[in-house]
Amino acid sequence: MIVFRYLILLLVGITALGVVRTRDTTCQVLALSFYGLLLAVMFFVFQAPDVALSQIAVGAVALPLMVMLALARMKHSSEQQKKKQEAK
Amino acid sequence: MSQIAHIFPFLVAGWVFLCGLYGIATSRHLVHTVISLAVVQTSTYVLLLNIGFRTGGAAPVFADISPGITTVDPIVQALMLTDVVVEATVMALLLAMVVKAYEKAGTLSPDDLRLMRG
Amino acid sequence: MSGAWRIRIFFLAAAGFACLYFLAVRNLPPWGHYRGPYGDVMATSSVFQRHTTDVVNAIDYDYRGFDTLGEEFILFTSVLGVMLLLRDPEKNKGISRTGNMGQATRFGAAGSYAALLVFGLYMTTHGQLTPGGGFQGGVILATASMLIYIAEDFRVFKRITSHPIVEALDALGAAGYAAIGLSAFLFSAPFLTNWMPLGKTGDVFSSGTIAAISACVGLEVTAAFLMLGYTYLEEIVSETGEGG
Repeated sequence: MIVFRYLILLLVGITALGVVRTRDTTCQVLALSFYGLLLAVMFFVFQAPDVALSQIAVGAVALPLMVMLALARMKHSSEQQKKKQEAK
Repeated sequence: MSQIAHIFPFLVAGWVFLCGLYGIATSRHLVHTVISLAVVQTSTYVLLLNIGFRTGGAAPVFADISPGITTVDPIVQALMLTDVVVEATVMALLLAMVVKAYEKAGTLSPDDLRLMRG
Repeated sequence: MSGAWRIRIFFLAAAGFACLYFLAVRNLPPWGHYRGPYGDVMATSSVFQRHTTDVVNAIDYDYRGFDTLGEEFILFTSVLGVMLLLRDPEKNKGISRTGNMGQATRFGAAGSYAALLVFGLYMTTHGQLTPGGGFQGGVILATASMLIYIAEDFRVFKRITSHPIVEALDALGAAGYAAIGLSAFLFSAPFLTNWMPLGKTGDVFSSGTIAAISACVGLEVTAAFLMLGYTYLEEIVSETGEGG
């Protein structure tokens, strides 16, 4: 069990670096989602079921969803501007 | 060696903190900056969780175990619990600001945003 | 300042931080040997003092209730900020029917929505007994509602989530927490005193104000995340005129 705890901490450390090193934002959202799930597993392994439950919902679904929607909106508004410029 | 094993979890917390800061310092995209800030935030979870952890301790829920059994520290868990949810809404606010900055300035690079003074 | 110099300065500062941090954690109690008395005091006493079996929620909504009230208002003002920045009533007029999902998707999404709804409600109301509580239950209830958007279309989602009732529930949840705290004054007790009958340990209606506050928080978190989801989706759907 103790090995598993060290392992999950190691994974969290590696994934954190992975998340910030991903430069493409769409890929980064997926990395963030995976990182959130990993944190939830860490909370379970460290005997914190309460925190794990909120982390699963927030880290794996709510936060990546909001980033995705914000990205989609910005992509769309830039397309809209291009169209306006072409019309002129 | 055993001393390193004893502080390794705390070092992971510091590592995650520095990773997030590195992301912010080298960021070329405001959404990337916001996600890096979320990573910085998670370093506090790693630190708090490990400070309150006790080998062999049970989860602090006495629905199926009798009171008196040694558990891990419930106080740090209470701190994290509210923070996880509140953090998500603060991130939503930051993303809304990013969206507005993009609409006003037409760029997402923090370096170019310097030009929009005044 | 050029990018290269910024990174050099960052690594210098990071090295300094790493040294100081290492010195700081070197003399912490070894990992896995928690010493502090407070956690143990809470774990042993809250079952008897507050009749809750989930100690984390007893701390959140009672012992540390004042701080959680502050956190809840951070949540409230953040959502308010998002709505002020992004919501535009002039937009999203004349939205045509968006995506048309297959029957299997609709059936699956509706089925899982029902299950998640029950799960979220269970979570919100049983926070004092088992892991869960207002924060977790609220997030599950709100994110599950995104399934409406997947199963039906944006108009149905909009009719449910942009209703003024959702905004009213958000305010009601925030105000309810403060009102429960203030109600202790009626018994000349300090703010947020747990004055309600504590009930039998293990019963759903046990733990006094903890269950009530948990329900208020659940209400607020659900409404807050519903409004966030709607505000972000509205922008995309109304501008493209089709599913994001």
